[in-house]
Amino acid sequence: MLLKKKKGFLQELYLIEIIKGLMITMKNMLFAPKVTIQFPEERRNYSDRYRGMHYLKATNGVENCTACMLCPTVCPAECIHIEAGERPDKEKYPVKFEIDLLRCCFCGMCEEACPKDAIKLSNIYEMSTTYREVYDKQFLLEQRGNK
Amino acid sequence: MDILDWIEVGSKTALLVVVLLQVVPIMVWVERRGSALMQNRLGPNRCGPLGLLQSLADVVKFLWKEDPVPGHVEPFYYVLAPLVSVVPAFMTFAVIPVASSIQLGGRVLQFQVADLNVGLLYVFSIASLGVYGIIMAGWASNNKYTMLGSLRSSSQMISYELSMGLSVIGIIMTFSSVKLGDIARQQGELITHVGPLILPEFLQLPKWGIFVQPLGFLIFLVAVFAETNRLPFDLPEGESEIVAGYHLEYGAMKFALFMMAEYLNMTTASGLLATLYFGGWQLLPGMAWILGALQGAFGLTGLSAEWLRVLFEATSFSIKVGCFMWLFVWVRWTLPRFRYDQLMDLGWKVMLPLALGNIFITAILTYYGWV
Amino acid sequence: MNISPYFFYGFGGIAIACSLLVILKKNPVSSAFSLVMVFFSFAGIYALLDAHLIAALQIFVYAGAIMVLFVFVIMLLNADVPSFDLGRTHLGMRAVAGVLISMILALFIWAFKKTPLTPAIAQFSSENIEAAGGNTLVVSELMFSEYILPFELTSVLLLAAIVGAVAIAKRKLATGRF
Repeated sequence: MLLKKKKGFLQELYLIEIIKGLMITMKNMLFAPKVTIQFPEERRNYSDRYRGMHYLKATNGVENCTACMLCPTVCPAECIHIEAGERPDKEKYPVKFEIDLLRCCFCGMCEEACPKDAIKLSNIYEMSTTYREVYDKQFLLEQRGNK
Repeated sequence: MDILDWIEVGSKTALLVVVLLQVVPIMVWVERRGSALMQNRLGPNRCGPLGLLQSLADVVKFLWKEDPVPGHVEPFYYVLAPLVSVVPAFMTFAVIPVASSIQLGGRVLQFQVADLNVGLLYVFSIASLGVYGIIMAGWASNNKYTMLGSLRSSSQMISYELSMGLSVIGIIMTFSSVKLGDIARQQGELITHVGPLILPEFLQLPKWGIFVQPLGFLIFLVAVFAETNRLPFDLPEGESEIVAGYHLEYGAMKFALFMMAEYLNMTTASGLLATLYFGGWQLLPGMAWILGALQGAFGLTGLSAEWLRVLFEATSFSIKVGCFMWLFVWVRWTLPRFRYDQLMDLGWKVMLPLALGNIFITAILTYYGWV
Repeated sequence: MNISPYFFYGFGGIAIACSLLVILKKNPVSSAFSLVMVFFSFAGIYALLDAHLIAALQIFVYAGAIMVLFVFVIMLLNADVPSFDLGRTHLGMRAVAGVLISMILALFIWAFKKTPLTPAIAQFSSENIEAAGGNTLVVSELMFSEYILPFELTSVLLLAAIVGAVAIAKRKLATGRF
């Protein structure tokens, strides 16, 4: 409900009220702390669980992924493309591991589904490019985010 | 008019235009940084020291942007409109004195482009032309929003021009002159008495317009805000209702011209406020002492002392103008806007009667010799 | 003022050209804009005649106030339909109009030929006016002393016109029918 406050004569004149308002803005301008984060030098601290750029975890130089196809199955955006292959020691591994960044919605379900802790989402959020980016296996292995 | 007169007028005009053109980017920077600081942000601070070159970068962007003329507009008036709104903004400043005149080898050099004997009337006649740019833009763009914006603007300007003109009549009556040079000169005197009451020395204020016409000053100030389409009277544009108003269809340099016109109008309005109500080029308190000390210290006499005085007067005038420009920015980022009917109510039901009352009171006081 | 003839021809030429545009343009708004230009050139000519007050008032009142209202009304009414259609007029009417116009033109030429080239301006020469304190002072002194009655009568006439306009516009309101 709109309640009309009773105003005195001076308030009805508005002049003094305007000057009060001007003082408030001036106070803010001179003394209030500024909230701007100057991006390239200062960065906002994101939570550890922030879902940013993907990466593949590796142990002893070999990727953890066994091409079990759980992540492409669970992926709601269908952005993960894996071609499986076999190593000489009969271990299954992904010959191709591609993430179509245009389709990815950063839901993190792949990370949850992965039994081998292979695909992870990092804290990096500067992913803008001028072309349609597809992360390949090489890139995903090399970039480790901030982990 | 001999050749020297032409050189004088030409160089003064050129200097004025150049200086005014510099004011615009600086004001844009002040506006952006000022608004940012008031909103607890930082504002543009990357280009050059303190972000001062940001406006230059903007200019370069405006110049190199594609500048198409939309298919549905009236091409001639569409192109003409930004020019029509910029030119009057420059023209008004011609009669505003920046400093008092000096004697230069038998010639009196005045620091204003022309001291017309219609002074103030010229200011108002040129100011009333500024609305044509907006009307033309709104109509030529052939768009509902621009049309509404320009209709709003023209009715707003007509409404507030009345109270603006009437509020200045008080000043004309007090100083009994319409020449801005005369008005500025007379404000150097002191108010020695209020009616029969003779003031003691320490209470004698300078005869600035604000002290002799306080009500007139308030009315003029509000009307000037409305005339320059600044907040809280920026009804011609408004994102939520009519998008960008009259300059909706404009881009690149044409839009930049509208923006320039806005800031130039602000400058002119500040110049007028300073000249009419704050003593124009009269020295600020304390400056006279510094000037005297400097002249004494360097032993300046004659022409060089005069030039130093002119410099001080121009500085004083610039400080006053700068303060008013800052007021424009300050108010813009403090007050919310009016609703349109509130705007009209204020113009016709409050400002106009007040202005008429001010004339009435001033006339009586002047008749009895009180002011 | 040795170069004023060129300025005069310039302003005069613009005035004539824009007057023609006023009647030739199809669109009422652009006609109105041309009319503003005509007022401007008139103001320029007045300024050349050292009548600065009249020049300022010409711009202030006509170009700045009246024409703005004109354009405002035209835009509000959105009067895109030309009120005058050349094709519809009768041929005889056109002939009569042509004869009348040429007669008026002849009258003008005759009148101007008869007037002496240097009119007697008596005490109101530019030098005298300048000495008496300038245009504004002289005009206002005359207006508020010697010609106070006509001045006040004119303002009463204008007031009557305003009241009349309001009465006509609000007639339905008075009778209670909307």
